[in-house]
Amino acid sequence: MARNLLVMLGLLAGCYGFNFVMAEFIEVVYVDYINLCGLAIILAVGLNVINGLAGQFSLGHAGFMSVGAFAGAYASIMLTYGVIESGPLSFVSMGSFLLCLALSGLSAAAVGALVGAPTLRLKGDYLAIATLGFAEITRIVLTAQDAIGGPTGLKRIPKMPLLPGSEKWDGGTSTFWIYAFVCLVILLSVNLQRSTFGRALICVRENELAAETMGVRASRMKIMAFVYGAFFAGIAGCLYAHYQHSVRPDDFTTVRSIEVVVMLVLGGLGSLTGAVVGAVIVTLLPQFLRPLEESLGLSGLSMVVYAALLLLMMLFRPQGIFGQRELSLKLLRRLVPGGGKESRP
Amino acid sequence: MAEPLLIVEKVDVYYGAVQALRGVSLQVHEGEVVTLIGCNGAGKTTTLNTICGLLRPRLGRVLYQGNDISRRPAHELVRQGLVMAPEGRGIFPNLTVAENMDLGAFTRSDKAGIAADLERGYALFPRLRERINQKAGTLSGGEQQMLAIARALMARPRLLLLDEPSLGLAPLLVKTIFETIDRINGEGVSILLVEQNANAALKHSRRAYVLQSGEICQEGSSEALRDDPAVRAAYLGGQ
Repeated sequence: MARNLLVMLGLLAGCYGFNFVMAEFIEVVYVDYINLCGLAIILAVGLNVINGLAGQFSLGHAGFMSVGAFAGAYASIMLTYGVIESGPLSFVSMGSFLLCLALSGLSAAAVGALVGAPTLRLKGDYLAIATLGFAEITRIVLTAQDAIGGPTGLKRIPKMPLLPGSEKWDGGTSTFWIYAFVCLVILLSVNLQRSTFGRALICVRENELAAETMGVRASRMKIMAFVYGAFFAGIAGCLYAHYQHSVRPDDFTTVRSIEVVVMLVLGGLGSLTGAVVGAVIVTLLPQFLRPLEESLGLSGLSMVVYAALLLLMMLFRPQGIFGQRELSLKLLRRLVPGGGKESRP
Repeated sequence: MAEPLLIVEKVDVYYGAVQALRGVSLQVHEGEVVTLIGCNGAGKTTTLNTICGLLRPRLGRVLYQGNDISRRPAHELVRQGLVMAPEGRGIFPNLTVAENMDLGAFTRSDKAGIAADLERGYALFPRLRERINQKAGTLSGGEQQMLAIARALMARPRLLLLDEPSLGLAPLLVKTIFETIDRINGEGVSILLVEQNANAALKHSRRAYVLQSGEICQEGSSEALRDDPAVRAAYLGGQ
């Protein structure tokens, strides 16, 4: 525990340095790509717990994200300005921002429990359809709420809080905040996979009845997986809203849910490393294909290449880039010739 | 005589509208090996699933260590030492043998005890030690069966429910499995054994029940049942 705390503090310092480098030396466009990658990683690593570890095929991640986004953005606007009206952007205070993040995470987690409980008996395709339906319902309900702007959503969401010494950073502190949560979710997930809870989730994925006969409370584990994944989707939503300064219900369509699933499947369902790599690839690929598309004058090319890559992937490596493996010292050792001896007793 | 470890009392179990068990009663005393024999579809597995909490009886009750457990969920009973080794392939095929064994000790946190039991499990089934890093799904049928039993032992059971441990195994392996069952029992674990291989099961148990179409039709000492003409005709291949 104390060790993890130290690691997290180190990582936070690293995030600060990272943001500094971004602000000083990197072009704004690329900073944007890197921030979007970070948001995608939070989403994918969270969903990996539901889909990969617990084996519950959820297609509703955008729904959890939207709940967190609107809860956090609304709270942030109210705490910063007191009213919803147009005007210049200002910074949300550090305390308010942390409060908003907690609020968005918890509200999304509560919704996760609400979705997880009634869908316990559903498996595979049925669960996917139910969660898909949930995400769509959430989007439509949000669209109908005039208090949060209806279809146009919330605007003038404050900037993320300043850090000591960050006053001169043009790009703001988004990179720090986003990557702080990237580090947090990865650190937690690494620990989770080694914990009793993580092993219980794998049990449930592999064989639910057998899991019960070994003392695993399968139904509770499934709900907990939803709560965990939804919590970080909510955080990602809140960060996204503050990063874009505006948020609409239509930012969270089914396409976004599917995108997160694609990240997981591409990287290797159940692998944390895979989730991170998948998130980066799926976020960056369209950005780098777009210039190609423009120079060739073929609009729509990027979508074709994107789809073709996914198809090829599914044909030749259906288990994803990493399969269920993790990037670890053990794997690296195995890749080195002669170093592949198993060390297990 | 002391109170039996397990008492099943006039249990009725339904799958939807279909009745699977009719007034099933049986007992297991501390330290005993008890066999439940019967044909396919007689309700043997249903009986075990009811005892270990995966199914709920509509009527009747199940007492374990004197407490009514008929409404308790399976995961809770594991902590009280009532553990089932599910039929045949109830193992986790995508995990290695070692990981399967680890998960067997899911409810425990005493590291030293777990390590000792792991050693004991591999001593009982040396074949598993050789396959320690192999995915369980790639084991042979017999090895998977051994793994299912070894994994159940990792939960340190007081009463072990074994569902068809000899199913689909070569005769030589069947002999090994039953010898292992004797050894497990010798270490103080009570066992309720469900078997189609009536001959071997009756040889290795003290008492037995015969289940037919969801009802207990005969019970008694295993020796007596082995000599019973009706049982011989139905389950032991005639003569």
